[in-house]
Amino acid sequence: MGDHEQSMTSTVWEATRRYLRSVAVPLGAVLLALIIGAAIIWISGASPWLAYKALAKGAFGSAEGWRRTLEKTTPLIFSGLAVAFAFKAGLFNIGAQGQLLLGAITAAWVGFAVHGLPWAIHAPLALVAGLIAGGLYGYIPGALKTYTGAHEVITTIMLNYIAMGLTDYLANGPWKDTSEGNIVARTPEILPSAHLPTWGWLPLGFLLALAVAVFAWWVLERTTIGFEIRTVGRNPHAARYGGMKVARTIILTMVISAMFAGMGGAVETQGVIGRYQPGFNANLGFDGITVALLGKTDPFGVIPAALLLGAMRAGSSQMQFDAHVAKEITDVIQALMLFFVAADMIVRWLLRVKAAEGEEKITLSTGWGSH
Amino acid sequence: MSENEVYALEVRNIVKRFPGVLANDHVNFNLRKGEIHALLGENGAGKTTLMNIIYGLYTPDEGEIYVDGKKVEIQSPHDAIRLGIGMVHQHFMLVPVFTVAENLVLGAEPTKGWQLDLKAAREAVRRLSEHYGLEVDPDAVVEDLPVGVQQRVEILKALYREAKILVLDEPTAVLTPQEVEELFVIMRELTKRGVSIIFITHKLKEVLAIADRITVMRRGRVVGTTTPAEATEESLARMMVGREVVLQVPKGPAKPGDVVLEVRDLKVEDERGLMAVNGVSFEVREGEILGIAGVQGNGQTELVEAITGLRSAREGKVLLGGVEAPFRRPRFLIEHGMAHIPEDRQKHGLVLSYSIADNLVLCTYYKPPFAHGLQRNQQAILENARRLVKEYDVRTPSIFTPASALSGGNQQKVIVAREFSRPVRLLVANQPTRGLDVGSIEYIHKRVVEMRDHGAAVLLVSAELDEIMSLSDRIAVMYRGKIVAIVNAGEVDKSQLGLLMAGGQLQPA
Ligand SMILES: Nc1ncnc2c1ncn2[C@@H]1O[C@H](COP(=O)(O)OP(=O)(O)O)[C@@H](O)[C@H]1O
Ligand SMILES: [Mg+2]
Repeated sequence: MGDHEQSMTSTVWEATRRYLRSVAVPLGAVLLALIIGAAIIWISGASPWLAYKALAKGAFGSAEGWRRTLEKTTPLIFSGLAVAFAFKAGLFNIGAQGQLLLGAITAAWVGFAVHGLPWAIHAPLALVAGLIAGGLYGYIPGALKTYTGAHEVITTIMLNYIAMGLTDYLANGPWKDTSEGNIVARTPEILPSAHLPTWGWLPLGFLLALAVAVFAWWVLERTTIGFEIRTVGRNPHAARYGGMKVARTIILTMVISAMFAGMGGAVETQGVIGRYQPGFNANLGFDGITVALLGKTDPFGVIPAALLLGAMRAGSSQMQFDAHVAKEITDVIQALMLFFVAADMIVRWLLRVKAAEGEEKITLSTGWGSH
Repeated sequence: MSENEVYALEVRNIVKRFPGVLANDHVNFNLRKGEIHALLGENGAGKTTLMNIIYGLYTPDEGEIYVDGKKVEIQSPHDAIRLGIGMVHQHFMLVPVFTVAENLVLGAEPTKGWQLDLKAAREAVRRLSEHYGLEVDPDAVVEDLPVGVQQRVEILKALYREAKILVLDEPTAVLTPQEVEELFVIMRELTKRGVSIIFITHKLKEVLAIADRITVMRRGRVVGTTTPAEATEESLARMMVGREVVLQVPKGPAKPGDVVLEVRDLKVEDERGLMAVNGVSFEVREGEILGIAGVQGNGQTELVEAITGLRSAREGKVLLGGVEAPFRRPRFLIEHGMAHIPEDRQKHGLVLSYSIADNLVLCTYYKPPFAHGLQRNQQAILENARRLVKEYDVRTPSIFTPASALSGGNQQKVIVAREFSRPVRLLVANQPTRGLDVGSIEYIHKRVVEMRDHGAAVLLVSAELDEIMSLSDRIAVMYRGKIVAIVNAGEVDKSQLGLLMAGGQLQPA
């Protein structure tokens, strides 16, 4: 009995230690990036202390700040989840950007072109349309990979360009806002019945993002499909041996992943921008890669990671205003974070943490031709 | 030998602790000049640890090392190499895309000015191969070479660094019986040239065949030192395991029933598109074990993969219980009562980063009680793991431990537990005991025979003739993609089988 209890506590202790060790790298990466960022600010003649204080104040110092932060965080959660989810099956979905754009413009179309629906139907309809558009766009690289062996990194990069061209064309052509005085490429504004509201500082879209994170976790950890996805990601040979359909799983994973991205685009359209306008969603999908890596490709890790990046964006204007530091420094810091999580050996060495036994290794990309 | 003989190598009272394990517990060991000294012990006994200490990869917590009677400090492999110690690791440390010559000189490259002197390197390979009778092509790229030849390159590498003491850590684990024979010839040749060899293994027959002396380790301690003349397989097994071990599983006569597996005119291609299985037919009945003997690489892997649904066949049929089985549909076979112990347990059999509990439901995760609809039932999965870990005696800290943390024997037990826990009509076991220690082999053999006695049809594939002979009721010999003979187990001896495996024919008596 005593033995049993002791092993219980030691198991709990082990688990805690393993957890701490597993978050050490992202935390260390963030810290290192902030330190280097501070050095750059200092070299450029401003006060890092003032700058970071203003950044925090801009992001969290007021209800308005919180609203901005959560609005910036929301699409990053979606795109982060998209990338993280695909990672679980060993897939590197660089296409979140394109999937997000298609989701955004499809939701905008449903939002402005479908008339006469009540909010309770119109808003969800636009959302689902965006989600499906994203999902279908994710089907393509999934199918290409399983049927032709084309690596998803290559195909999704190319599909991103196609999505950019297609949305530009739509926003400048058939779906262009033809209201008087408009000369830019953009769709008409969506109807009020398609809007996602923000209550005070709390955007509905943020709550949706949290719900989707829980859903992603549930799928991965609690369903048979999730088990198949993770098995395919860790050992496709064993997956086949266990009777799993590897090809189907890869396609399904890409579709679900892309649905998350597409939904992120729809939420951005319906909750923040109010229409589709080229350039307004720039990089949201790519930033999902940083978010996913900072979040250890864990659905719940994605949330704080997205919040961090969202806050840096929301607070950067305040920082520019108070401390006279160019906003772009936050991009530099974000890039440094990505660099340090990707090059985790540097952080591990600095912090003297070893990779935990059995810890899942994040492989950014396998080489050409390695299945 | 005299009292104060000068040993090529001697270690005294070596102690090495790892967190939670005493890997070496006051180990004493010595190596005479020009002898082959076998170090025998089960997995985890501490053999590799001791060798890593000698090679400077670990520093001992206590103890001394003497080379040629002089006390030495070995802080790094550099020191070891300087003292004439060379090591061939359990896992090779060659650069696969480099040539033999390049690998050989890696880390001690002959140079011409700033340039690598490849000509000198090639010359060195040639000189060494000639001197020690080890044939290798200096310009061959390592990854294209068979494992046995890669190992020769490792040995050459040590010799190039002028090793007088050679440590071979489980060199035979990856070799075919022929390659083992060749390795033994090389080892004898080396000792004639004054090299002293520490030969690590857990295979009893090999030890008796090649060693001058044998030291047995168990749980970090040296149990004793003996010679092949004084020892038998049984006595060595007892020393290794610490109890009586049944080397020959007791087994009653087979009671064959209906045909369970029928293979008809099967043709299967390998990765290069060559016909690896070229028209194979046989059947296995319930209650019998059909052993497939053959030197590795004669199509057994492809045959088993086609039968178990991992590979498609070019022609032919596989029938399970009279029903034609589709190729590349393992789930169909699993649901029709097939259990499969795969050849490569880390590639096919396990997801190493998964917990034991998850590995135990790898084939049944989608069915009740492990899932209701889409939702997995955690409770049932853990329950299942607790029961099987106990029933199959898997030695693990917990059911949440990743499979990667288990020893080979315990990993294999996880696979066996998983596969045997379903209703089994056909068991396909490919190399079920490869790389395992005596205790685990005994265990798995017992379970396989039990399976048969419960009425399962068993297809056993093994490159170990002893395993085939002691388990099978009938033996099929595979040679170059064909079954060249099917005989009853009692009616042939080892040398006849060996002849068939080499492509020869039995003379009618
Ligand atoms: N680097 C290490 N860290 C922790 N434990 C180790 C390490 N190397 C070996 N061990 C442990 O020491 C024991 C002896 O292992 P090893 O020397 O590899 O055995 P053998 O080679 O005889 O199979 C085992 O229990 C093993 O788990
Ligand atoms: Mg070892």
